[in-house]
Amino acid sequence: MPEHDLPDDHDPLRHIQPTDSDHLDYVGQQGLAVEQDTLIEPDVIKREEARSLWGHAWRDLRRRPIFIVSTLLIILLLLMAIWPGLFTDANPRQADLAHDFLRKPDYTDFFGAGWFGYDGQGRSVYARVIYGARASITVGICVTLAVVIVGGLAGMVAGYFGGWSDAVISRIIDIFFGIPLLLGALVLLNAFSVRTVWSVVVALAFLGWTQLARVMRGSVLTIKQSDYVVAGRALGAGTGRLMFRHILPNAVAPVIVVATISLGGYITAEATLSFLGIGLQDPTISWGVDISSAQKFIRTAPFVLFFPAAALSLTVLAFIMMGDAVRDALDPKLR
Amino acid sequence: MTTALETTPKAKERLVPGTPLLEVRDLHVEFKTRDGIAKAVNGVNYSVAAGETLAVLGESGSGKSVTAQTIMGILDMPPGRVTAGEILYRGQDMLKMSGEERRKIRGRKIAMIFQDALSSLNPVLSVGYQLGEMFRVHEGASKKEAKAKAIELMDRVRIPAAAQRVGDYPHQFSGGMRQRIMIAMALALQPDLIIADEPTTALDVTVQAQVMDLLAELQAEYHMGLILITHDLGVVADVADKIAVMYAGRIVETAPVHDLYASPAHPYTKGLLRSIPRLDQKGEELYAIKGLPPNLYKVPAGCAFNPRCDVATDLCRTEIPALHQVTDRDGAELAGRKSACHLWKETLHG
Repeated sequence: MPEHDLPDDHDPLRHIQPTDSDHLDYVGQQGLAVEQDTLIEPDVIKREEARSLWGHAWRDLRRRPIFIVSTLLIILLLLMAIWPGLFTDANPRQADLAHDFLRKPDYTDFFGAGWFGYDGQGRSVYARVIYGARASITVGICVTLAVVIVGGLAGMVAGYFGGWSDAVISRIIDIFFGIPLLLGALVLLNAFSVRTVWSVVVALAFLGWTQLARVMRGSVLTIKQSDYVVAGRALGAGTGRLMFRHILPNAVAPVIVVATISLGGYITAEATLSFLGIGLQDPTISWGVDISSAQKFIRTAPFVLFFPAAALSLTVLAFIMMGDAVRDALDPKLR
Repeated sequence: MTTALETTPKAKERLVPGTPLLEVRDLHVEFKTRDGIAKAVNGVNYSVAAGETLAVLGESGSGKSVTAQTIMGILDMPPGRVTAGEILYRGQDMLKMSGEERRKIRGRKIAMIFQDALSSLNPVLSVGYQLGEMFRVHEGASKKEAKAKAIELMDRVRIPAAAQRVGDYPHQFSGGMRQRIMIAMALALQPDLIIADEPTTALDVTVQAQVMDLLAELQAEYHMGLILITHDLGVVADVADKIAVMYAGRIVETAPVHDLYASPAHPYTKGLLRSIPRLDQKGEELYAIKGLPPNLYKVPAGCAFNPRCDVATDLCRTEIPALHQVTDRDGAELAGRKSACHLWKETLHG
């Protein structure tokens, strides 16, 4: 609050109607920063905007370079996933073995088909990097949405109702924790005869929801104890209102943080599964599939491996950076 | 259902002072924990009428808050358990009502004000929203109506510039202002009874007085009953009509407020009054009741206060004293005065 802008004779007390002693606490402890604006005429200083936890977090985020960089990267990736045609005219499935087998990159051919060279089947690596974004982003976002909804609900029920529902859900979570994500997904995906992006999403979400459920449960348990929930109950709020109006908005911050960070993990998991030959299959274009088929040429044509791998790393990095920034903004202890 | 639940606040008749509202009869509450059973409330009786203020006084762990939480139905069960007793609201036992019936009483008929207003307000919702919620939940008001009523309430509890501040969040208000908002919320539907659980403990002294004045003023206007739970003898002196002193889950003395201050009839009350610092005591050591509050897992046999009592006899160590009607020196009953002490005569007159 720019106090030096005030006229010298400015006296905040002047603007209080001296009616009764009530204003004592108003002046005495209202802190200058928040309260003064109501004491001062509106034309002197613009009233400070009321802000919630989310408002604060957003203001905080907008100033963080990490958040800005990762957001720009993610926007770019989303554009690639939705409209790959914006970035390249080349067809990622066009293979000309006679002319293009492992042709070296032409770094002067900006955004052209040959920019990143050609792979072992004579296909444009650049086009495949662009088109590969769709599979990775779809898997990452859909799995995350699914685990947030399923895990969030399960954690909410376990944390809020406690008792036997908590016991049952917590034991199920424990059982799932014993299954490694990749091995479990390998087994599950074996059951699908045709594996598409959606079968990978289902497999990863099925194994991944427990992490979010556990975070949500812990968070709800803490919030449930807080005085405002007890107060809400004392003033007649019902179960639904308490759960979704009073507890959820307060409990959801750690869930969002974990979800953003694990989004990168799901993208890696998809690539790993595809690399192992059990995730996505040709003709679906995926970085994992391309990395897998590029390993044969690692000595003769490392660029075929390098570009999809770099795209994958950059994507994961972008989401983890964003998760980090969100955590810093939402965690009051780190402020 | 009951007619008491169906009156809408608009058609609501003013409360007639003196109408009995709430009666707690022989309430027993215990907590089952890993260390055993903690007997928090061991047979509490009190009643409140419209327009009346009952102060429940006691140190931490005396069961005053647990009794209030049981009345509100917000006690965590388990581990809490009501083992005996009745809580009659306008003659109906609330302990026998269904969860939904009780929910309808909460906020509308009996409301509660909490100790720490900051933690009792949801940090992510604006105060206007939280105030308006009372009308939206209980009366099905629209968003717009709710907001208008929220502003009206904020004005009512004298929050300056209410219309501009209705969208502010709890952290933007000072402690006193937040407690006013809590009071406004409890008052929103003009309940019959308000339970204030240490409403001023978290505030500084000047603000304490203002908040108490506001409560007293609102009570004078609406004639609601008020149960004021506190451990602060200073707070109750001005506003309460009668006092119930609690110790180890029992009421040890009840009296009209001025009688209690003038002539306590229980050694514990006496000790409490002696331990208030006084200006004319300068240089002397401040009196403190010796010993510690009793362990609720193992309440002493006989009178629970006996290990800390200066005048305890063998009788006190074996037999739990009943709540005796207190009489003056000539044997005439003193109205509203009771003491759970075998030696109340000596304490009062000696």
